Amino acid sequence: MGTNNTNGYAVTVEGLTKRFGSFVAVDNMSFNVKRGEVFGFLGPNGAGKSTTIRMLCGLLDPTAGSAVVGGYQVGKESDLVKANIGYMSQRFSLYEDLTVEQNINFYGGVYGLEGARLRERKEWAVLMAGLRGKEAMLTHNLSGGWKQRLALGCAILHEPSIVFLDEPTGGVDPVSRRNFWDLIYTLSHSGITVFVTTHYMDEAEHCNTIGFIYSGKLIALGSPTELKHRLDRYQIYEVQCEKPVDAMELLQQQSWVRETSIFGSSFHVSTGESEEAKPNIRRVLERGRMTAERIDRIVPSLEDVFIHLIAEVDQGAGKT
Amino acid sequence: MTLNILPIVKKEFRQIRRDKRALGILIFLPAFMLLLVGYALNFDVKHLKLAVYDEDRSSRSRELVASMTQSDYFGLALALDSKAQIDRVLENGDAHLALVIPSDFSRKLDSGNEATVQVIIDGSNSNSATTAGGYMAQAILAYSTRVQAEWLEQRGRAFTIPLDIRPRLLYNPELKTAKYLVPGLFGLILMIATVISTSLSIVREKEMGTMEQLKTSPLRAEEIIIGKTIPYLIIALFSSTLVLILGWLLFDVSVRGDLLLLYSAILLFLIAGLAQGMLISSVAETQQVAYLMSVFSSLLPAFLLSGFIFPIQSMPVALQVFSNLMATKFFLSILRSIILKGVGFEAVWEQFVYLIIFAVVVLGISSARLKKELSR
Repeated sequence: MGTNNTNGYAVTVEGLTKRFGSFVAVDNMSFNVKRGEVFGFLGPNGAGKSTTIRMLCGLLDPTAGSAVVGGYQVGKESDLVKANIGYMSQRFSLYEDLTVEQNINFYGGVYGLEGARLRERKEWAVLMAGLRGKEAMLTHNLSGGWKQRLALGCAILHEPSIVFLDEPTGGVDPVSRRNFWDLIYTLSHSGITVFVTTHYMDEAEHCNTIGFIYSGKLIALGSPTELKHRLDRYQIYEVQCEKPVDAMELLQQQSWVRETSIFGSSFHVSTGESEEAKPNIRRVLERGRMTAERIDRIVPSLEDVFIHLIAEVDQGAGKT
Repeated sequence: MTLNILPIVKKEFRQIRRDKRALGILIFLPAFMLLLVGYALNFDVKHLKLAVYDEDRSSRSRELVASMTQSDYFGLALALDSKAQIDRVLENGDAHLALVIPSDFSRKLDSGNEATVQVIIDGSNSNSATTAGGYMAQAILAYSTRVQAEWLEQRGRAFTIPLDIRPRLLYNPELKTAKYLVPGLFGLILMIATVISTSLSIVREKEMGTMEQLKTSPLRAEEIIIGKTIPYLIIALFSSTLVLILGWLLFDVSVRGDLLLLYSAILLFLIAGLAQGMLISSVAETQQVAYLMSVFSSLLPAFLLSGFIFPIQSMPVALQVFSNLMATKFFLSILRSIILKGVGFEAVWEQFVYLIIFAVVVLGISSARLKKELSR
């Protein structure tokens, strides 16, 4: 750990801002990441997730604000930051025309590993990626899941204290995604801080802390449970009926309905009242000559939370 | 601080070795170009097919034809029976040129009068037509000199030619095209190995996303740059040596000058080329763009404006001025001087100074640009 006082945090971010011309990609963002936790960075595409992660890894200079990563100042102590982090992007960044072992050797050399340490870490990476016996295979011929695990292995060959994963499960099958998250937990249990961006809600549930960002701003921060409690004052119902889009439109016109959003073949309705709203929903639908096949009060999911948060931000923006 | 360049150098060699196409471009293309240029690109005009329509059919006219066909330049392809045949044989390519000897040829010559012959040349290939016309004029002049000498001698008078030209050709006495072109080929080959290969290899990493990975690693920009250029420098030196050896074995082009001086010129030129490749890779985002930029900025000018084939002196002034921006022009002039003439440093120092300036300037701009991009 570096010389900066970070109070046990692996990453501290203060007023971090990135502008590209007049476009503000990251807007005055501040948050902390505890050592050894899995910190999930969530948000729709273009919200500024990658821009933030790229600033924290020293790939981009911030326009304003500061960040301390692993105890070192981003921008001022770039070399030290880089030596203490691992970075893996969705593109996996492997040399497809080299073999598994040659890729590991290369990244080992880049991070200055040699001799016994390189051998030991190579052994570890091959085991971790499940590539034993495939060391001489061309990386090009590996399936997505394998490439993903090999890329992770290469990114943390030098045992960094923090690893940044930028949408690491993009374009990988569900089983590989599951396995990959098991790996992330293993890393976290061994004390490595994992900073991961994703737009999969089920992945977000696996994180210790979630930062939700929307149009460059951090709009919520907390554990999945904490975030769900934000909707305690509201009730969420899942409604199954024939014409969900028409039904949603109709319900949206009611003053007691806060939000409606589609979830597969059904939709969710959140109400601001604490009293039971089932009969009200049924009545509105019947007036519109629609019959609900099913109306269930449900425990809110993270997705409900985020839809709620985004609606709040958009309404706020509409008012001003 | 020590530079950590070995991992990249090793990786680069492994990738080149696996990429058969790159290997072919770097090593076999130069050798192939040498063979192609050496054997096919030949400006020597020899064994022109001559058609003769001899209306005179005298010993004089036969003497004139014989004086021509005895040389390597002409071969008697056809003896024609009518003037009408001339067009046909030129049209279908049976002859390159036709000689018409009128029926009064020997009568006029023997009576001391001026005789005329007609030469018709296929001008569709302007280069060989010009040369053929020149050879023909020389042959006819030589024959008429002989006739005049005979005529004077018969009258007991001595014959002297007021001006006797005896040119002596230095450095390439047989005027072999290959000897002229082989040194020039270096410029092209080294451009391919440096500008194109370097820019492609850096831009490929940008495209694949591996450059981003390297940027988040502790590797410094200069380590990435040097690590990525050294392999191409080594390969380019190797393929230059191959071209030198092949040129010597196949075309008898041996280096007359100092090898050390030659290799220092090559090294300087390589550095300039690598720098140019780096400059392109700091601008281009895709391999396609990098390739096009490399070809247009290096290969084409090297081919057209360096004096490799087309003499710079006969270009329009604007192009002549522009050609001074081409490092290849100065490099070729050094190469020809060292390889063919065997001159020392004192004869080529000006070109060396220019090459050094060129290399330093381009290297300065490109490493500053690339460093800025890579250390972000």
